[in-house]
Amino acid sequence: MPILETVGLAKRFGGIAATNEVSLAVEKGARQALIGPNGAGKTTFINLLTGVLKPTGGRILLNGADITALDPHHRVRLGMARTFQINQLFADLTPIESIGLAVSERAGGGGDWWRRVGGRATITREIAAIVERFGLTDVMRERTAVLPYGKQRLLEIALAFACRPRLLLLDEPAAGVPEAERHELLATIAALPKDVTVLLIEHDMDLVFSFADRISVLVNGALFADGAPDEVARDPRVKAVYLGEESDV
Amino acid sequence: MTQLEEEVAGFFVRRGRWSPLEIAFWILALASIWLLPSEHLILTETAILALFALSLDLILGFAGIISLGHAAFFGFGAYFTGLVAKYGIVNEPVLALLLAGLAAAALGFATSFLVLRGSDLTRIMVTLGIALVLYELANRYDNITGGANGLQGVDIHPILGRFSFDLYGHTAYAYCLVVLFLLFLLARRIVRSPFGLSLVALKDNPLRAEAVGIPVNARMVAIYTIAAGYAGVAGALLTQTTAFCSLDVLSFERSADLLLVLIIGGTGYLYGGLIGAVIFKFMQDWLANLTPQYWQFWIGLVLVLIVLVGRERVTGWTRSLHHMIFPRLLAMPESRKKRREIAARRGIGRVGGAASDGH
Repeated sequence: MPILETVGLAKRFGGIAATNEVSLAVEKGARQALIGPNGAGKTTFINLLTGVLKPTGGRILLNGADITALDPHHRVRLGMARTFQINQLFADLTPIESIGLAVSERAGGGGDWWRRVGGRATITREIAAIVERFGLTDVMRERTAVLPYGKQRLLEIALAFACRPRLLLLDEPAAGVPEAERHELLATIAALPKDVTVLLIEHDMDLVFSFADRISVLVNGALFADGAPDEVARDPRVKAVYLGEESDV
Repeated sequence: MTQLEEEVAGFFVRRGRWSPLEIAFWILALASIWLLPSEHLILTETAILALFALSLDLILGFAGIISLGHAAFFGFGAYFTGLVAKYGIVNEPVLALLLAGLAAAALGFATSFLVLRGSDLTRIMVTLGIALVLYELANRYDNITGGANGLQGVDIHPILGRFSFDLYGHTAYAYCLVVLFLLFLLARRIVRSPFGLSLVALKDNPLRAEAVGIPVNARMVAIYTIAAGYAGVAGALLTQTTAFCSLDVLSFERSADLLLVLIIGGTGYLYGGLIGAVIFKFMQDWLANLTPQYWQFWIGLVLVLIVLVGRERVTGWTRSLHHMIFPRLLAMPESRKKRREIAARRGIGRVGGAASDGH
């Protein structure tokens, strides 16, 4: 059974089909990439998967359970977490607090109003492990707003990771990261544990082909091609779409 | 435990620690019982206003919910206490206080669903509307509330059957201060809990808060309910210490003054309402002595000046206060130069803000 499956998923904004009957499956443990030219509806698709937008048709199944009608935070509980293409961080909190918050929520203590944050050893241990994994140790006590952009991008992934997802949706994780900070970010993504399934939305073809074991192509809101990286790379129609886009730029 | 784990644990321990300034604040408050006996009447009013402002700070400063009708809960608690005392149902103050808090919290819970959605502007209008409705209900059903004449015959017994209220406000002040301190301790505990941190997070970025699994609406309902309970207790204190209750407990001015108190004192660090209440009350008292008829003119002028000096500078100085009191909780605001450097270093991208529905 795939970890994630969409069945005829659709989203119309007025007369425009931003997501057009997409039926996509992501297998457990996969490293799948979702690519497509600008305006293909990739971010809309992610927003549908995570519940930020409500679909106008179709269903979303997570581990076989229908989650189409669930609120975003319920989907997180069920093991699906995401990052954002444009940083969505807690500007006034430090990385320790932000990660501590996500870990507390995941551990079921998020509504606890009596105990101090980080008062449980299991929680602090998990926070420390995440801070270390994402290379945030030296900035963990600083306000998020003043962190270098590369560190903010790492925190963006760390927050999703702190939800201990079975399925992690990465929305253009490397977008805008300067060359000098890029290597650390890509290495961190490559080192994500194998039991976490990753669906990567990306523009950067180098990253896609070095990372993904399966590639799905979205064009005009519809699933256009889907297969192993070399198959997709050879597909003349995919080439045409990308060449067409590049001549626009 | 590794060194990093210890550092993380240590960070949270320091985050919850009492700072010397906090301790000094409460020692001064306690000392005022003996040092300023002649001021106990105004200090009683100040303590009540401080508790009321603390209540608004919980929703405004932590969860980012603005209200221009917070007097609804204050007035509800005040009338509730007055009525149960008048009809001899509960005359003992501490029990009445608890019940009034619960009753106001119930009203808060019932109306919280109206403030979940929408912008600041809709929240201002909805909260204002609720307070106006309650005001007019109290005005219309004057057979119950006494209407414009106020609620007469409120019989308040001694606290716990032992401490009677006196004309000079000595008992009243000690009583209000104890209640304020206990509820402050509770609020301090709440904002340092995972629940409290999740409020700061959902105020900062609701989209992300939801995306890390925080049930944003449920959390807002919870804090709104708690804050309403706090306001109800403050209203109950007013009725108990004056043995009277009139329509002005529900008035628009009371809600508006409360926002002034928080503008003066700052939000989001719990002491804003307390410090703001002291400044507001003593400024009001001083101006009223100076010009009994036109003191509101001066209050207005001060308000305009505060805003003219610049929102940034005001939040700047409250941030400095915040920083002095809780250095670990919030870093200092960056200077303009530093901010430019940071912006340059960061290049593109930003923190917070609305979701982009790009490509």
